[in-house]
Amino acid sequence: MTADASIELRRLAPSPGVPAPLLRTELLTVRFGGLAALDGINFEVGRDEIRAVIGPNGAGKSTFFNCLTGVLRPSSGRILFRGEDITGLSPDRISRKGIARSYQITNILPNATALENVRIAAQSRRHGWSMLTHHGAYGDIIVKAEAVLESVGLCRKAGELAANLSHGEQRNLEIGIALATEPELLCLDEPTAGMSAVETHGTIELVRRIAKNLTILIVEHDMQVVMELANRITVLHYGEVLAEGTPEEIQRNPRVLEVYLKT
Amino acid sequence: MSASPALAEALVSVDNIHTYYGKSHILHGVTLHVGAGEVVGLLGRNGVGKSTTLKTIMGLARPSHGEVLFAGRSITGEPAHKLARLGIGYVPEDRRIFRFLTVMENLRTGLDRHGVTTARKQELLDKVFTYFPVLAERRHQPGGTLSGGEQQMLAIARAMMLEPRIILLDEPTEGLMPRMVSQIGHIIGALHRDGVAILLVEQNVPLTLEASQRIYIMEKGLVRHHCAASDIKVNDAAIHQYLGV
Amino acid sequence: MAAALEILGAIPYDQILIQTVNGIVTGMILALVASGLTLIFGIMDVVNFAHGELFMLGAYIGVVVLSATGSFWLALLVATLLVALLGAALQIVTLRPLLGRDPLTTILATFGISLVLQNYALWQFGPVARKIQEPFTGRFQLLYLEYPWYRLVIAALSAIIIGAFWLFLKYGTWGVWIRATTQDRVMAQAMGIPVPWVHTAVFAIGAGMAAASGVLFGPLVGVNHAMGLDWVLKAFIVVVVGGMGNLGGSIAAAIFISLLEAYASIWVSPAQAVIVSFVVLILTLLIRPTGLFVPTPK
Repeated sequence: MTADASIELRRLAPSPGVPAPLLRTELLTVRFGGLAALDGINFEVGRDEIRAVIGPNGAGKSTFFNCLTGVLRPSSGRILFRGEDITGLSPDRISRKGIARSYQITNILPNATALENVRIAAQSRRHGWSMLTHHGAYGDIIVKAEAVLESVGLCRKAGELAANLSHGEQRNLEIGIALATEPELLCLDEPTAGMSAVETHGTIELVRRIAKNLTILIVEHDMQVVMELANRITVLHYGEVLAEGTPEEIQRNPRVLEVYLKT
Repeated sequence: MSASPALAEALVSVDNIHTYYGKSHILHGVTLHVGAGEVVGLLGRNGVGKSTTLKTIMGLARPSHGEVLFAGRSITGEPAHKLARLGIGYVPEDRRIFRFLTVMENLRTGLDRHGVTTARKQELLDKVFTYFPVLAERRHQPGGTLSGGEQQMLAIARAMMLEPRIILLDEPTEGLMPRMVSQIGHIIGALHRDGVAILLVEQNVPLTLEASQRIYIMEKGLVRHHCAASDIKVNDAAIHQYLGV
Repeated sequence: MAAALEILGAIPYDQILIQTVNGIVTGMILALVASGLTLIFGIMDVVNFAHGELFMLGAYIGVVVLSATGSFWLALLVATLLVALLGAALQIVTLRPLLGRDPLTTILATFGISLVLQNYALWQFGPVARKIQEPFTGRFQLLYLEYPWYRLVIAALSAIIIGAFWLFLKYGTWGVWIRATTQDRVMAQAMGIPVPWVHTAVFAIGAGMAAASGVLFGPLVGVNHAMGLDWVLKAFIVVVVGGMGNLGGSIAAAIFISLLEAYASIWVSPAQAVIVSFVVLILTLLIRPTGLFVPTPK
């Protein structure tokens, strides 16, 4: 066994008593021309954690999410999900591995009902291609879709066209669509953008409800959401990890404050 | 708050404006004003609606509710090109200089107006080249070949060509090196001395507190705090709450 | 060696020379038509399906003015100005209200305008082709052929018109406004540029240029209500090959395609030579869809 391989094995094997991280990145780097949007990111998140990823403009948060979900191919480095290397896989394969994402700009099907939006996502996990079976025949999928709508607080609007939902309801539907693919890791990209204080509060409650048995990564600018939901926070700055810790630790961290207030 | 002009007397004011992007309710009733010759700072985190406020004033976004006033007159819903001619200059967040036009041609888009004599045009150009000597050096270069800092200067210079009474500056220091950041501070000071009002949107707190007479802080589409710049410091509780972590 | 000499000897140099001249002549007219089209698309994202009809109307107005006054040059001037005005009116009435909507609506609108104009011409002038008399009929000796001066003159005139337009774009106040609006419509507004009027001006200029091409080309073919159809198709091919919105590209593409077609017609009939332009179009879309003559973006 080569020296490199044995080091690899030691790195991958968890230390006794500490559960292996669900998602890990090793020296994840993305370069656009001469600019490093992400520069050697070593990131880990454990199961059932709610981790917030914050940072000022241009810190690399969106780029990070894009890499995790296969939208962007990193220039170098690796992404490991459940110990498996998923670097560079296409978004649909990553989705099937168990990573789901909601988007900053709402990505729902406006001319379908809320239930149909979720049902289509749920379907991707079950039956294969069958052109002859009527969609109403997939009873288990409809039950699953209704359950998801319930958990995002939209069961009363199941038959409503998605275009007619309020903005906050649409964003919650977006989360529901991601949930319906039965992910192990849910990536939420600015879930409360454009929401009023009331709607934001509703979404915070929603995320708390669905957080059982789910690992969640959130990119957010709204600090109230971050402080209330996150178990731990990772702060990015110019493509590097600036700090990591509990909400209290981050609030007290002088470097973080410096970077945010530009002092 | 002492001696601040009433909404109706201000140079620019917005009164309880609500602005949407599609269904996204960005401004939930913003009210603020800028007096003639004043530098007013608008602080807040990403996504709270600072840029949208500027765009609403400039006529690039239409409020669904509320009014925008210029020198006492309602300008709500008027097209941007009329407002530029009225005397509102706009320097957007990503600079948006015309990349395939030369520096001179960029400046010309603001210079070529009705009723401006050739002599006056030359005066304006001379002034701007004194403020920004590097632009004079590069006057025949296409805008897209300029560095980030130079593009920012060009964006400000271009707005100055309109001889505006107020300039809406959207995060001018974003992405700039510290040396350039302080240069922006000097430029704001020079414009203020010239009598041009400025509504400065920024996330750089020290720069804003130093350059402005008054500041507003926004959160989630509303103004949450308003005071004289001299009454607040960088480590104040309000700053921490609305801008910190 | 002997085989090479034989091949060299079999190349019909005289025909190639003649077709080069023909290709350049047709290319310049096509460039004039296509310039307007690509500009209109570049600045307001409008695919002007009525462009060929503006060309056709220009030719008809040329016929009318020519028979009324006997002056070809007056016909050219009047046709250009009248169709430019008509273009402006059409843009204000039908296209301005559609700004910002689904691009399909503007395509339908311009297509509708083209149908109206075609049928108007049919109703007004009847189905029989008209002729525009060339302003001068001299010929010169080009190898074994007697080549009309007129053809060279229209190529030169087209070049002059395009050149004048280029200068206007580069140095004129409205020229700078047009270029700024094409690059960033929103920021142009924020600089006080009256963008709605810039759009109207560009449409009018495009229409005027199409009309001028119609009058200039009139003496070479018959003027009839359907003449726009062939030209608009070629013009669209030129616009795509040259890069949509790219003025220099359209001119290069127009000459390129016309030369290829002219050369092809040495060996096949002109009707079949048209296939060449479609081949070029398909290759462009496959290999370099942003346009063959577009510089690679940095």
